[in-house]
Amino acid sequence: MKYQTPKTTKEAAALMLRGKGNAFLLAGGTDLMVRMRRDLIEPDLVVDIKHIATMQSITKSTTGFRLGAAVSAAEMGENAALKKAWPGVVEAANLIGSDQIQNRCTIVGNLCNASPAADSVPALIAAGAKVSIVGPERRRTVAVEKIVTGPGTTSLARGEVVEAITLPKRPSKSGDAYLRFVPRSEMDIAVVGAAVSLTLDRNLVIKSARIVLGAVAPTALLVPAAARAIVGTQLNKAALTKLTDACSAACDPIDDMRGTVEFRTEVVGVLAQRAARIAYQRAGGQ
Amino acid sequence: MSGTLVSTVVNGDQTEFVCQPNETLLEVLRNRLGLTGSKEGCGTGDCGACSVTLDGRLVCSCLVLGVEAQDREVNTVEGLADGDVLHPLQSNFIDHAALQCGICTPGFLMASQALLERNPSPTDEEIRFALAGNLCRCTGYDKIVRAVKAAAKELRKK
Amino acid sequence: MANDTKFRNRKFKAVGTRPPRPDGLDKVTGRAKYGADTFAPGQLVGLILRSPHAHAQIKRIDTSKAEKLRGVKAVITSRDLPDLTDGDSDLYDILENSMARGRALYDGHAVAAVAAIDAPTARKALKLISVTYKILPHVTDVDEAMKPDAPLVQPRVFTSGVSPKPKSPSNVAKVSEFGHGDVKAGFKAADFIVERSYKTEQTHQGYIEPHACLASVGPDGHGELWVTTQGHFIFRNTCAALLGMEVAKLKVTSSEIGGGFGGKTHIWMEPIALALSRKANRPVKVEMSRDEVFRSTGPTASTSIDIKIGAKKDGRITAATAVLRYQDGAFPGSWAMLGAMTSYACYDLKNVKTTGYDVLVNRPKVAAYRAPSAPMAAFAVESAVDELATEIGMDPIDFRIKNAAKEGTQSSYGPTYGPIGIGPTLAAAKKHPHMRARLKKNQGRGMACGFWFNFGGETCTDLNIGNDGTVTLTVGTIDVGGARASLSLIAAEELGIPYERVKCNITDTGSLGHNDMTDGSRGTFSSGMSTIFAARKAIEILRQRAADTWAIPIKDVTWEDGQAIAKGKKHKKLKPLSLNELAAASPNSGGPIAGHSQIVADGAGVSFASHICDIEVDPDTSATKVVRYTVIQDAGKAVHPDYVEGQFQGAAAQGIGWALNEEYVYDENGRLQNPGFLDYRVPVCSDLPFIDTQILEIPNPNHPYGIRGVGETSIVPPLAAIGNALSNVAGVRMTHTPMSPPRIRKAIRGKQT
Repeated sequence: MKYQTPKTTKEAAALMLRGKGNAFLLAGGTDLMVRMRRDLIEPDLVVDIKHIATMQSITKSTTGFRLGAAVSAAEMGENAALKKAWPGVVEAANLIGSDQIQNRCTIVGNLCNASPAADSVPALIAAGAKVSIVGPERRRTVAVEKIVTGPGTTSLARGEVVEAITLPKRPSKSGDAYLRFVPRSEMDIAVVGAAVSLTLDRNLVIKSARIVLGAVAPTALLVPAAARAIVGTQLNKAALTKLTDACSAACDPIDDMRGTVEFRTEVVGVLAQRAARIAYQRAGGQ
Repeated sequence: MSGTLVSTVVNGDQTEFVCQPNETLLEVLRNRLGLTGSKEGCGTGDCGACSVTLDGRLVCSCLVLGVEAQDREVNTVEGLADGDVLHPLQSNFIDHAALQCGICTPGFLMASQALLERNPSPTDEEIRFALAGNLCRCTGYDKIVRAVKAAAKELRKK
Repeated sequence: MANDTKFRNRKFKAVGTRPPRPDGLDKVTGRAKYGADTFAPGQLVGLILRSPHAHAQIKRIDTSKAEKLRGVKAVITSRDLPDLTDGDSDLYDILENSMARGRALYDGHAVAAVAAIDAPTARKALKLISVTYKILPHVTDVDEAMKPDAPLVQPRVFTSGVSPKPKSPSNVAKVSEFGHGDVKAGFKAADFIVERSYKTEQTHQGYIEPHACLASVGPDGHGELWVTTQGHFIFRNTCAALLGMEVAKLKVTSSEIGGGFGGKTHIWMEPIALALSRKANRPVKVEMSRDEVFRSTGPTASTSIDIKIGAKKDGRITAATAVLRYQDGAFPGSWAMLGAMTSYACYDLKNVKTTGYDVLVNRPKVAAYRAPSAPMAAFAVESAVDELATEIGMDPIDFRIKNAAKEGTQSSYGPTYGPIGIGPTLAAAKKHPHMRARLKKNQGRGMACGFWFNFGGETCTDLNIGNDGTVTLTVGTIDVGGARASLSLIAAEELGIPYERVKCNITDTGSLGHNDMTDGSRGTFSSGMSTIFAARKAIEILRQRAADTWAIPIKDVTWEDGQAIAKGKKHKKLKPLSLNELAAASPNSGGPIAGHSQIVADGAGVSFASHICDIEVDPDTSATKVVRYTVIQDAGKAVHPDYVEGQFQGAAAQGIGWALNEEYVYDENGRLQNPGFLDYRVPVCSDLPFIDTQILEIPNPNHPYGIRGVGETSIVPPLAAIGNALSNVAGVRMTHTPMSPPRIRKAIRGKQT
């Protein structure tokens, strides 16, 4: 196995393109190292992105936030401005594993690992995040929901490297939240996840919303019907019930050792409701 | 494949070793540097027995490559005491019977130290969630949490 | 007098205090050496190839490519482990479990092994071994395995315990029965009857330290084994037998142990390490991965249990039966038998009958796990007892108090009880503030009791007094829970000297006589008794030395508070001689002063516990949270109360994990799906509250200090304490552990339809 520490994203992309055999990017390593240990992969090349300057920071600008691909979940949680603007995205990232994992894992890694149960992905999709991709020839920016194509697979071409994730500027009276169900209090993969991001008008009526469910389909699920259920309301009981029903109807979960179809279908609606309430409060409602 | 020469600082001492690129930091610490205080309980980051700090950040050394230690600072349980003076966490773990078999203790000490450095007055719940990444099968965690509280109190007095 | 086991009440000076433990410093500094923490020059890395199939015939193993790989020094298959068991079927089972002999019997069963100069080479070598399997039908469920058309796991096993002796082999390895009285008449006399079936899924001891050893065997037949174990003498005997080595020539040294709970009382890969070392003529280190620990060591049984209990409307139980089906994995054991013995041990019953079926399945060989077999039986019985109490309209504690066993009760498994703690723990539970605490919304309370026997066993101890009066206490029982501290306290108590003057060491098999394993809560009990006797022998010598010094008869010399004192008016001018003075004089007064004891510690007491649990259930997601937990247990005499509390809390935590989230999940191919701590969910720190403890002391009449073994009992009540609490808050009886949120939800839904 070869280990490389490129100093620029382009260099990393070139290494990935040229690399013979199995080439992998290394950020926090909390997924990659586990797969290596379990003998699921045998890398010929590991490209460590943590020495690339453009990937290391969180920057706030007039157009929103830019999170470099090497930024850890812990660093996200320590950024007061980011937490204030996007509490749902940050809390989702901060749910990934223990403190030890938090100091290493990245939301870009979480995204590209493409687990249907990834915690940060629903919140990123709900937030309308975009992904900046650098390839050997060109750069491109895509909506985050276009990245994961199925369990363990992404739309990234060989030689493409994610350099950053950007979050749009937040209109006032906006809030987001992420909740997940796990059987213990910590350390579990999400059995079900629900992310809600919404914006209110000055009468505290929801004027736009994005509801995204995790671990109930091969990829995170953006549910427009769930959003329609609550847009135009102040999250009254009827709206919440419609929201729950829409979520349960949209999901397509499996039976596995972490949960059953029935359990996931029921609980996802409950969590979506609770996340919606929290997001609403954060946006200034009630 | 041929080995990589790595230059690093371990427990405050300048250290060099040669390792394969796919060796973990845990394997390096134990098998090449003789620092067996960090333990392998699972190899996949689920138990925390291998916890060390890397540039002051608590990590599972089984999920870090040995080569990543280049130019960085690694601290392990062997570096916790100041010469023959135990760290208050170490003495409180003994005094409060916070260990039985002791295999998880190095990991808990590193994780507790990391907690108290960023939060010198943690609540019981904050302690419990900060230590959720460290498994103990012997104690039921009760005396561990009490030991950490007592150590926090002692450190605040200093 | 020296070997008198009778309990004598006394005021203790050292025993019952809480000094720091002697191994604490090494453990908090990382200096303590566990199984994987030692290295030998020239050592090789040993790795094991394991079957991915639940049941398969091994048609061919081709190791030629692996053997040719540069850096590989030995490759072994079962051909390198000839059968020397000479008709001993238990030993043959161990041999076959160490490495498959023609048939792989479970996912994870070892089929071959390599030793190479480093891990990458060993891993490569494993991949070069080609095994041709013919997959056979398998069975992993205990009830399925009992069906007549189930795949046969072991063609050499015929059901024992039935008459007439069967002619065909069976997956039912053993049937055992216990009880007395007339249950049929008893049920007829009952006003209320509860009849219910329960299931418990398989769990693992979950010790954080994987098995590891360093084996070194020479061509002269001498060998050394460094290993993490609960019984290095047993390991020595078994490994020597399997490898055809002479017992005295295999020296086994136990490392510090990183948790065992029964799982390290059996050998797993140690014979393979020794065989690799012998073939390569180099030290071989074998460290199991976590995956191997789950797949290939000894979890506890999964069970299927039917309970029937009848009682009169005044609460008196008139009859109780239990039919218990336990799977033993692929090799026969007595796990169901133990379950049948412990089921009703807490109660005073006129009519009781328990029947245990030990059943074979294609799963790893079941091993002991802390009070083995009792937690499952207690889950079933204590849940049914609670349900019966509710039906009658009686408080669950009062119901148990009314039926509790006491001194003179004939136990359901046979022997008559001496003074025991079940009544006192129930009374204490009833009075405990926990029972009066107000429950919040969505919270429920449950209680349950539990029992475990203790064992004595072969024990050998040396007590040597150094020339400065400090004491070396050498024992052969592994310290799993702080026993070195307790044994030092006992030695200090007997000799009348400060605790700090005693150093307790656990020695290797070459330095002491046989000691049984540390299991059955016997560590402090047995080595404690042996320490007392060794100390008393040393005291006789000390008295003799004093008598010689003073030229008076030994009967005029007593030993008190670390000194020899000349009794009587005529000797009042003689100043006392301290241990230090006598020790310093020993080279000239007769030589080294020591006491040796070798006993079969007998008279082990039984230990009872009652637990109370408050649990909160999220009404919409069924997420659970244990909000309060109390353990009340009888310790006989708590030598070091901190460590007794630690045992109570640790055992309760394991029981809580077992009750709520831990289980082995197999797929339809018989492959274990969750061999890791991610999906085998043991409790983490944030899952548990502080665990309150109350130590009762009802002295064991057969131990000089009244000590009872305490380490195991408290894993027994939690399953039912939690089940009863959940039943109270969810309004539906929980009958299947783990009671994870999907199961709770399903139970609630089932009740609603």
